Amino acid sequence: MGDPLFWHRLQFGFTATYHYLFPQLTMGLAFLIVVFKAMGLRTGEARYADAARFWIKIFGINFAVGVVTGIPLEFQFGTNWARFSQQSGGIIGQTLGMEGMFAFFLESSFLGLLIWGEKRLSPKGHFRAAVALWLGSWLSGYFIVATNAFMQHPVGYTVAPDGTLQLTSFWAFLLNPWALGQYAHTMIASVVTGSFVVAAVGAFWTLKDLHAEQARLNLRMGTVMGLIFSVLVAFPTGDLQGKLVARYQPITLAAMEGRFESGPRAGLTLIGQPNVAQRKIDNPVQLPAVLSFIAYGTFSSDVKGLSSFPEDQWPQNIELLYYSFHIMAGLGTLMIALMGLAALLLWRRRLDTNRPMLWALMLAFPFPYIATTAGWAVAEFGRQPWLIHGVLRTNQGASPMVHAGQTAFTTLGFAGIFVVLSILFLYLIGRELAHGPVKH
Amino acid sequence: MEQLWFWMVAVMFSIYVVMDGFDFGAGILHLVVAKTNEERREVLGAIGPFWDGNEVWLLAAGGSLFLAFPKVLASGFSGFYLAMWVLVWCLMLRGISIEFRSHVQDGLWRHFWDTTFAMASVLLPVLFGAALGNVLRGVPLDASGYFSVPLWTTFRLGPEPGVLDWYTVLIGVFTLVTVTAHGALFLAWKTEGAVHERSRALAAPLWGLVLFLWVVATASTRIVNPAIFLGLARSPLAWAFTALFVVGLGLAFLGLRRQWFLLAFLGSGAFILGILAASAASLYPVMLKSTLDPAFDLTALNASVGHHGLRSGLVWWLLGFPLAIGYAGFLFRFHRGKVKAAAEGEGY
Repeated sequence: MGDPLFWHRLQFGFTATYHYLFPQLTMGLAFLIVVFKAMGLRTGEARYADAARFWIKIFGINFAVGVVTGIPLEFQFGTNWARFSQQSGGIIGQTLGMEGMFAFFLESSFLGLLIWGEKRLSPKGHFRAAVALWLGSWLSGYFIVATNAFMQHPVGYTVAPDGTLQLTSFWAFLLNPWALGQYAHTMIASVVTGSFVVAAVGAFWTLKDLHAEQARLNLRMGTVMGLIFSVLVAFPTGDLQGKLVARYQPITLAAMEGRFESGPRAGLTLIGQPNVAQRKIDNPVQLPAVLSFIAYGTFSSDVKGLSSFPEDQWPQNIELLYYSFHIMAGLGTLMIALMGLAALLLWRRRLDTNRPMLWALMLAFPFPYIATTAGWAVAEFGRQPWLIHGVLRTNQGASPMVHAGQTAFTTLGFAGIFVVLSILFLYLIGRELAHGPVKH
Repeated sequence: MEQLWFWMVAVMFSIYVVMDGFDFGAGILHLVVAKTNEERREVLGAIGPFWDGNEVWLLAAGGSLFLAFPKVLASGFSGFYLAMWVLVWCLMLRGISIEFRSHVQDGLWRHFWDTTFAMASVLLPVLFGAALGNVLRGVPLDASGYFSVPLWTTFRLGPEPGVLDWYTVLIGVFTLVTVTAHGALFLAWKTEGAVHERSRALAAPLWGLVLFLWVVATASTRIVNPAIFLGLARSPLAWAFTALFVVGLGLAFLGLRRQWFLLAFLGSGAFILGILAASAASLYPVMLKSTLDPAFDLTALNASVGHHGLRSGLVWWLLGFPLAIGYAGFLFRFHRGKVKAAAEGEGY
């Protein structure tokens, strides 16, 4: 408790996790709103615009909470992680600065037009506002992912004599292969979140026998998009992400899988508990040689275990990393299965009347939130003990002058604010759900 | 290159104060100038399309500071640790109060958010002003390049300053009154009817107070950091900015007298931009002054990153800056004319 590093890490982890509950939905919804608006323009049917209008309201509330919970993250670089900022600001400041210049200005300028401008703008103009917002929010996502990618796999820099990192290639940094892979995976995951929420609302209204036309439309959109993007999040993007980890952070892969010994024909652990003290997996259920194939493309590849690496480079919390990864991958599989089944019923025109499936879809919307949170936990715990992988250790990055007590105080402050914010958020979303879609 | 970035950062922070300043001012005044729900929604409707974009200037300015002078950001943000978080919480509460208020048609709900909005709008300029006061006064930076100041000590100048002392509070109050006066002109320009009349009536005495506090603040700065005036005498740029803010002040008064509220508002914007930029020019190259030893000052030269980073940043900055100005111009054009309170369930 007296260790400032503990509080700095807790604070960033807590505030970033909470924050990301909102942008993952707004980024996904931004895309789905564009799809709704485009279909409305093409068919000229009012029901698409009605659906978009409802989701724009939900978007607006989520966006507001996303903005205010995002501000503290930007500040924490300077307040809590001063040494990290001082050393790497010349590099990560680029993407964080670009996010403000290219993404936030775009989003903030067109948000009002999207939410309140439908009457003043032509249908085409309103569609363009939706596209601008989608571009802005996905651009913002890129700059953040590129910042994180530098911490996972630093490229395009050199270490100056005074220990600071200096940019040597802007494009190498911006087009970091890790960033491209992680971005595709992250954005597609956000559409999964959006689709599950849209499907859940459609299922809820269907079960309540409310707003029949809109309920059907949302159910269809959520299911079709949910299936497509649940598959895409696993393959090819999740697979690509796994190969990036295998290539650039082999030690992280070993810890994610709880693999202690090296060797060829590595098995993929489906179930089992990592036992770090005895360096083995308890009660494992494994698919032989599959991990080798997933990581390197052949069944015979050698996959290094943790014992091949010095212990001071092991991620500190192997159990948490292992479980986070398995929860993400397990839920990902479950989500494909659920959406596959729902899509099958939709195709057979039985989804509207299949109550067990409607219940499942209604209750399944937390799955993508949990999977996304677990996925980021894998990325961030997997990077430990490094703040910038291989370059700067986490325990060298914190602010030298800030005490544990100060950070504990502000962390508790955030806990309080977030509780209040959550209650307000749920209250407002609940009202919108009860109101239902708004006819023009 | 370092000098150029110093100016880019200084100009972006100054634009931030001009832009968010008018919606702070509107927030400070709205309980006074807008009495009914319709009037309050008129005020919110006037700033609603802009406030979020205005706040982005803070993030963009912070991002520029981060990429060009990470040492200054690291040292300053961690040194003012608790004050920074009070500021962030105010920003959060303020954003939420604007966005959530009109979702529920209930008198008590709305009154709560109106009051939250007003309180956060008062506190923020005081804090930002106090931050500027700290930069002008200096902080106990040592050889490590870091410092830590408590929220307050004895409220006197000395070897152990706090974030708040008589000087920084004075600059905070000066900032508060200035953005209030700035916001009054914005509301006078964008609204009509009762809100317009009340804003206009308040603007004149507020600007009188600005003038008085400006004299007091300038005289006090002369005591706290005499070097600034040497810097001012040395820098032709500082003379130009001084001319800008004097002309801006003149235009604000002229516009008020002749009822040309757009002119008055632009004048007050020029006043804020000019006075901040003139201060930056007088401080140059110092970005964070040490009260212990001038050798520990963080300057544009010793705190900047390497040239490749600055050059790359410059390229995209030159693309992004006109875009940002363009969006703001587009929004002002789209929402030109006097604002009307939106129907219930629509707009802010």
